[in-house]
Amino acid sequence: MRSIVLKRLATAIPSLLGVIVVSFLLTRVLPGDTASYFAGPAATPEAIAEVRKQLGLDKGLPEQFARYAVDLVHGNLGNSLTTGQPVVTEIANRLPASGELTLLGLLIALSTAVPLGILAAVHEGSWIDHLCRVIVTTGVSLPVFFTGLLLVYIFYFQLGWSPAPLGRLDVFYTAPPQVTGFYLIDSLIARDFETFRAAFAQLILPAATLAIFSLAPLARITRGSMLAVMGSDIVRTARASGLTSKTVILTYGFRNAMLPVVTTLGMVFSFLLGANVLVEKVFAWPGIGSYAVEALIASDYAPVQGFVLAMAILYVALNLMIDLLYGVIDPRVRLEA
Amino acid sequence: MDRRTFIKSTGAAAAGAIAAPAVWSPARAQSRQETLLIVSESGPNNLDIHGVGTNVPGYEASWNCYDRLISHEMKTLENGVKYYDRDKFKPELAEDMSTGDMSVTFKLRKDATFQDGTPVTAKDVKWSLDRAVTVGGFPTFQMKAGSLEKPEQFVTVDDRTIRVDFIRKDRLTIPDLAVIVPCVVNSELVKKNATANDPWGLEYTKQNTAGSGAYRVAKWTPGTELIFERNDKWTCGPMPKVKRIIWRMVPSSGNRRALLERGDADISYDLPNKDFAELRSNGKLSIVSTPYSNGVQYLGMNVTKPPFDNPKVRQAVAYAIPYQKIMDAVLYGLANPMFGKPEGAPTEVKWPQPTSFVTDVAKAKQLMQEAGYANGFEVPLSFDLGFAVVNEPLCILVQESLAEIGIRTTINKIPGSNWRTELNKKEMPLYTNVFSGWLDYPEYFFFWCYHGSNSVFNTMSYKNPKMDELVEGARNAAATGDTPTYDKDVKGFVDLAFTDVPRIPLFQPYSNVAMQKNVSGYEYWFHRRLDYRALVKA
Repeated sequence: MRSIVLKRLATAIPSLLGVIVVSFLLTRVLPGDTASYFAGPAATPEAIAEVRKQLGLDKGLPEQFARYAVDLVHGNLGNSLTTGQPVVTEIANRLPASGELTLLGLLIALSTAVPLGILAAVHEGSWIDHLCRVIVTTGVSLPVFFTGLLLVYIFYFQLGWSPAPLGRLDVFYTAPPQVTGFYLIDSLIARDFETFRAAFAQLILPAATLAIFSLAPLARITRGSMLAVMGSDIVRTARASGLTSKTVILTYGFRNAMLPVVTTLGMVFSFLLGANVLVEKVFAWPGIGSYAVEALIASDYAPVQGFVLAMAILYVALNLMIDLLYGVIDPRVRLEA
Repeated sequence: MDRRTFIKSTGAAAAGAIAAPAVWSPARAQSRQETLLIVSESGPNNLDIHGVGTNVPGYEASWNCYDRLISHEMKTLENGVKYYDRDKFKPELAEDMSTGDMSVTFKLRKDATFQDGTPVTAKDVKWSLDRAVTVGGFPTFQMKAGSLEKPEQFVTVDDRTIRVDFIRKDRLTIPDLAVIVPCVVNSELVKKNATANDPWGLEYTKQNTAGSGAYRVAKWTPGTELIFERNDKWTCGPMPKVKRIIWRMVPSSGNRRALLERGDADISYDLPNKDFAELRSNGKLSIVSTPYSNGVQYLGMNVTKPPFDNPKVRQAVAYAIPYQKIMDAVLYGLANPMFGKPEGAPTEVKWPQPTSFVTDVAKAKQLMQEAGYANGFEVPLSFDLGFAVVNEPLCILVQESLAEIGIRTTINKIPGSNWRTELNKKEMPLYTNVFSGWLDYPEYFFFWCYHGSNSVFNTMSYKNPKMDELVEGARNAAATGDTPTYDKDVKGFVDLAFTDVPRIPLFQPYSNVAMQKNVSGYEYWFHRRLDYRALVKA
């Protein structure tokens, strides 16, 4: 087991190095001039040159890269110019915000999509299969910002059930003392149930928005892979052996159908974490996606590089976990490895 | 537990859960009343205006957390809006100001202290002004606009007296001491936190407010929120009414509007014009619209290259613009028209003022023919995507109209981060842009936008010796108090700008603020940001 983990980690190193070089080069070829953006609206060419010097942008590319690499080794990702903070702290603060939202969204999606997919596969062609198709199509075709705004309009503006879409906590609550960075968990640790409720209330709408969007691939894959398994020899044999239909579907059917579902889950998760910018914008969520996009708009190099790097590391870790999970789900994978 | 108590308890729990967001513990309700919630699209990147690349929201933090030697009095406009009085100064940190021939002397208040309790001395003032003229970038540039260029100009006479020497006579020197930049910083505190690489302690003041102002930043979560607490020991003016200001960043304009309409947010000032127009007509909120002081949105043309090097072509464009359509469909009436001055009406000694252009396609076509472009030409029309809400529909309307006189345009959208780079290159042939000056004087505007020294804002690269003579004449006349010459020169350069039309003024934009009905005390300032000190929440 340990050797598998180490071997997998070793293969990740070249790709991480590649990500570092490419993200550095990509941010430099972006259109837009950091110095003239930050020199302000009333800048003279001299003022811009001065800002450029202060930011170290007057140096050649190799020298800039060398500095960046040295800083990186020291765990320093540089400073963001748009927010004025070190990128490491920003990412550390924002990643849990995105993580909490994405995980909850995924949990909702998973708990709806998997049963729906199984039922649709088992009762192929029935009303539940059609329902699944309708839900999936709607989920995919509604853009997230639209679903988000619609939910805000109905549940906040019209009905007033949901709290104001003002980020992770209402203005008059203070964040619980940080342990994990997940407000739900931290507030429980601090035994502050009022804050827990407030944080949860803020989470419902954005998490539902994400769930509606990510439901589709999960339900489709569950249905598809269940259909394939249900038509296979093992299921026929299980049925012929007189097992109950529950055992056939869940133990023999679903367990074998889980591999593609887990793969999709991993992909959906890493995609959502970085790509739910629109949800973050609609709900004023201080997440990592909106951070990267704002930095990109301002040609603020450091956060963009930091973001790409953090995402790459996360992706590597996630893939590793999924590979290990394969082994748990399906012993054949373990043997082949 | 029997069935009955179970139903009771779950019922109560459910009721509690549903009503949750609306119920506040008494302490929270109390703090809600003493707190003002501002929502806006983006927040500061630096709390100190002297910092490297401090953005515009950062100016608001500086304005409210630091004091200046002097500030402006307020006057009340006809519509009841409080508006800063360009010509009347009031002491802020200074209690007395005496202007000599080549210097001005300030006497500091006896009781003024920084927020850490140390008294404000002339030494702090000198250090702060030295800092502003030395750090480079925007602050130094702004100081220069008022002929404040060298540390030697700032002299400490004694502990409570500071003298500012003039290097030349300039009417803008005193006003320039009342803008945001010359703020007074706690020099001992900042020096303690300065390093060899950062002698002015810019890293420290980026994150911390070190002033004597009416508010201090209690908590800052960049990109998310900013919390200001009132400084109860502030002595430089009447004690502000609001104890706590929370400024939250809400990126979606639709949600900012929803928050206002639901009564959850108290103030917002960056909504699309359409929202302001609708909010105004439904009457639930109070909306204050004030024209940008010394600001004009215009259509600029690069006069160094054909076809716009020909004044006839520029005039043809000026006659082809659908001015009124822009006012109605793009701005929803929330702007001052800068066109259609009646024939024969005299030029005034003020800026901005309307041109006499109106939409007249026949005349435009004729001018194109006279210029030798009867078949028209092709040209890109550029705008800043950062202000797409106004710029995009505006450019589409202009594109349609120009097509009628044979000018075929392709619209070129430039991202906000790239816009200034493009302006600096001075290569765009046709574009729309807005400029407004902090110092509200016609010659200030014309010096930056039309003078042959070709500053960044002379985006057209317009050079005309006659224009330079008039602008300099007005500046000198203002410095020496020669009103007749000043009036003649101002009228002269306005007339010249309107006949040569290197840029076509379109409208004077409004600065719009939406507030709950129980919020009052809004003041319009040249910087267009909020002054928390005057706000009141009933």
